[in-house]
Amino acid sequence: MNWIDIGALEDIPAQGARVIKTAKGCVAVFRTAGDEVFALDDRCPHRGGPLSEGIVHGAQVTCPLHNWVFDLATGQAQGADEGQVATYPVRVQGGRIMLDAARLQRRSAA
Amino acid sequence: MMGERLVVIGAGMASGRVLEHLVEAAPDAFDITLFNAEPRGNYNRIMLSPVLSGEKAYAEIVTHDADWYARHGIATRFGEHVTRIDRARRVVATSRGETPYDRLLIATGSAPFIIPVPGRELRGVVTYRDLDDTEAMIAAAKPGAKAVVIGGGLLGLEAAAGLALRGMEVTVIHLMGHLMERQLDPAAGYLLQKALEARGIRIHCKGATKAILGHDRAEAVLLEDGTTYGADLVVMAVGIRPETRLATDAGLDVGRGITVSDAMVTSDPAILAVGECVEHERQLFGLVAPLYDQAKVAAATLLGQEAAFRPVQTATKLKVTGCDLFSAGDFAEGEGREDIAFRDPARGIYKRLVIKDDRLIGAVMYGDTADGTWFFGLIKDATDIAPMRDTLIFGPAHQGGATPDPMAAVAALPPEAEICGCNGVCKGRIVEAVQGGAVTLDSVRAQTKASSSCGTCTGLVEKVMAVTLGDAFAAPAKQTMCKCTDLGHEDVRRLIKARALKSIPAVMQELGWKTPGGCHSCRPALNYYLLADWPLEYRDDRQSRFVNERNHANIQKDGTYSVVPRMWGGVTTPAELRAIADAADKYGVPMVKVTGGQRIDLLGVKKEDLPAMWADLNAAGMVSGHAYSKGLRTVKTCVGSEFCRFGTQDSTGLGIRLEKLLWGSWTPHKVKLGVSGCPRNCAEATVKDVGIVCVDSGYQISVAGAAGMEVKETEFLAATPSEDEACEITAAFIQLYREQAKYLDRPYKWVAKVGLDWVKAQVVEDRANRAALFARFEISQSVYRKDPWAEHAKPEERRLWSAMADLSLEAAE
Ligand SMILES: Cc1cc2nc3c(=O)[nH]c(=O)nc-3n(C[C@H](O)[C@H](O)[C@H](O)COP(=O)(O)OP(=O)(O)OC[C@H]3O[C@@H](n4cnc5c(N)ncnc54)[C@H](O)[C@@H]3O)c2cc1C
Ligand code: SF4
Ligand code: FES
Repeated sequence: MNWIDIGALEDIPAQGARVIKTAKGCVAVFRTAGDEVFALDDRCPHRGGPLSEGIVHGAQVTCPLHNWVFDLATGQAQGADEGQVATYPVRVQGGRIMLDAARLQRRSAA
Repeated sequence: MMGERLVVIGAGMASGRVLEHLVEAAPDAFDITLFNAEPRGNYNRIMLSPVLSGEKAYAEIVTHDADWYARHGIATRFGEHVTRIDRARRVVATSRGETPYDRLLIATGSAPFIIPVPGRELRGVVTYRDLDDTEAMIAAAKPGAKAVVIGGGLLGLEAAAGLALRGMEVTVIHLMGHLMERQLDPAAGYLLQKALEARGIRIHCKGATKAILGHDRAEAVLLEDGTTYGADLVVMAVGIRPETRLATDAGLDVGRGITVSDAMVTSDPAILAVGECVEHERQLFGLVAPLYDQAKVAAATLLGQEAAFRPVQTATKLKVTGCDLFSAGDFAEGEGREDIAFRDPARGIYKRLVIKDDRLIGAVMYGDTADGTWFFGLIKDATDIAPMRDTLIFGPAHQGGATPDPMAAVAALPPEAEICGCNGVCKGRIVEAVQGGAVTLDSVRAQTKASSSCGTCTGLVEKVMAVTLGDAFAAPAKQTMCKCTDLGHEDVRRLIKARALKSIPAVMQELGWKTPGGCHSCRPALNYYLLADWPLEYRDDRQSRFVNERNHANIQKDGTYSVVPRMWGGVTTPAELRAIADAADKYGVPMVKVTGGQRIDLLGVKKEDLPAMWADLNAAGMVSGHAYSKGLRTVKTCVGSEFCRFGTQDSTGLGIRLEKLLWGSWTPHKVKLGVSGCPRNCAEATVKDVGIVCVDSGYQISVAGAAGMEVKETEFLAATPSEDEACEITAAFIQLYREQAKYLDRPYKWVAKVGLDWVKAQVVEDRANRAALFARFEISQSVYRKDPWAEHAKPEERRLWSAMADLSLEAAE
């Protein structure tokens, strides 16, 4: 594991998301109403919609382009839609958000 | 052909049903005249409580409208009180003259009982019987004002709950030891009292009213024990007595009610009576189920058929949202009677069954009433319950080894089980209707009447439909907002206002949302309703907005955005054009396009460039064009009298003025306007949401056009010689739309639902109302008539528009 501090929890609006840039595209970091934090690829498996711009409800996000709904914890599409988004380990420590860069690297190596 | 002359006194729930049977069975048999003391036709009286609480509108509970009476050739004399029946001459008299009859039907219902205490005639003292009473209560229901309800029976408690929902401080005075003592035993009465107290309603049992105090209007209620409760409103709901005065004066046999035979005929063979005003075998009736049976019999008798009324058992439910109680049969303790009780104090559940001679004779339930129908069936059919006695209290799901699936209880019901108590509709009848093609709740309702009266059995009816149809059962016909709630948009809008709910969490909590944070479909709707209803108190929730409104730009399929600066009335200047061109160059805009609404669209802008680009456009004097919003989009104009040789008025000037008045406002869906300088209509105003066509004499305003998936010409709303008035009418129309329409209904859809006549009455004819709408629009605009670009282009905001961290180098290591 290789935890990197990517910013403060306060930088993300509750029920919202911000993105971080990586060499292989953006990762969306979500913050729920209950201050849980999740990180997923910012790319909808349907037609590439930016999930970071979706409406966050509970621990789910709705893609802004065609309303597919994803579970933030698993990245799994909900309901009748099929697809999955890669997720990354994140945690909050003392108000700072830490992301596991090891996983990002593995992804870029793949 | 002239039929026999049938005169009906009273347009209530019982006579309404008689008329339905008559016009269905023999449309031409009678020449019908219908008198009603209330200045309106028949409505579903038992649904007055939801109207009182704000959960329903009056229009939703009307059962027979003017059109229905006209279609069936029934002469209506509403607002006319029948004062005398002359049996010898066979005429009835009102203050406006006499009307002859061959057959007469008395259906005068009951009158509320007024306890003879001093002060009962003061202003502010009302009863609870009809729409006028309900409206009087709503008018008095100012949040924080005090109400005292005298009477803790069904009616009194429904009134108390409704007034409490409207923000009043409510006290219920009840003479007996526990609430609803005729329907509930003390244990259930206690649970009900707790539940009502938890809603802030004060309950005073064993309280006898001594006097109502006050000078020219009610101020307080004094009890025998010396307690006084302050009261701006006093509701007397202590009981009813059959309205028999006409019959007594006419010399008919009258006991407590008008005496009728099994065929519903009074002591005069030409005269029938139905409803709460009758007495049959010494029994009176106060619930609709037996009245509907009477109505069926009376209709048959009038048509010369044999029929006999046999009273059935009735069951009671209280229509207070969240207080689930059910009672049926006889549950007094007594010789040879045995009790089975079940209590779950933690969940507030209480059930009690009363058994005599291996038959269930009474059932009282509080908290969980799902099995009520099944128990009621056992009581009515006098089923031998000995074999299932041990598990009886757990309901049908536990009989015969069935699984505890919520559907199983319904699936297990026999065809004769009654589902709708009010209308006596059994499961078999519903199944038959569904198999015959009635697959929506509305069609089942239309064909069987199931759930069409008090509505508490709607869930059961839907379950029967689901069991019958299996997977083919579509969502309930009443469109719910989304899967997070069982309420429809209209219900939610009304409840937000009636219960003064001012935040999304408050709405979700109070209205029982089923999901923790809503979903992408309800959250934007709730955010809109709240900001439209509470413009000064509610703070717009960006996170509940669709991406376009959150980012004040339209997202494109590749994740870039389009930027459209506002051009008032479609007019621009060389300086603005230069600034737009510079911005397009500076930010590498791949496409610059002119839109259908006379604006310039800069497509393909990256999100992180938005604030800087807005700042540049702001610096050149331009603001957001809101091309992304469910709000005022554009006012399209032609050049009008300033340049065109046909122009009659300054259409461009009016368009600019309207756009400056309306911009920034949020609406249920987008709103586009057009102003043309003459009927040649170069601005295509007559396919807009609001279109104004200038003529020599002034301005013609038409509304509810569409030019999208559907194309529809606008409909005429008003004409005015004055530009000021044209602006006021336009803004009032938009405010009415903002206050009333369902989220995502364009104006044309909304107008089709409410009717253009109603809209005209609100914004054109009723000038005071128009002014009030306009004033409310201005209040809202004091908050929302501002440029969102300027706000987000502020330096401290800008960083929020780009990535929070850049790890591209890290990951590439
Ligand atoms: C708030 C409320 C809630 C209720 N809830 C339930 C419930 O949940 N379940 C249930 O089963 N029942 C309920 N009831 C009772 C039910 O509404 C009545 O049993 C039913 O309306 C009686 O029908 P009716 O036709 O006999 O009389 P009504 O419906 O009262 O109609 C009588 C009509 O006759 C008119 N009239 C009277 N005298 C004259 C005259 N001289 N000339 C002309 N017109 C005249 C009156 O104005 C009235 O419109 C409720 C009642 C109220 C008020
Ligand atoms: S609508 Fe009439 S006034 Fe306007 S440009 Fe066309 S012809 Fe001229
Ligand atoms: S791109 Fe996400 S739903 Fe279509």
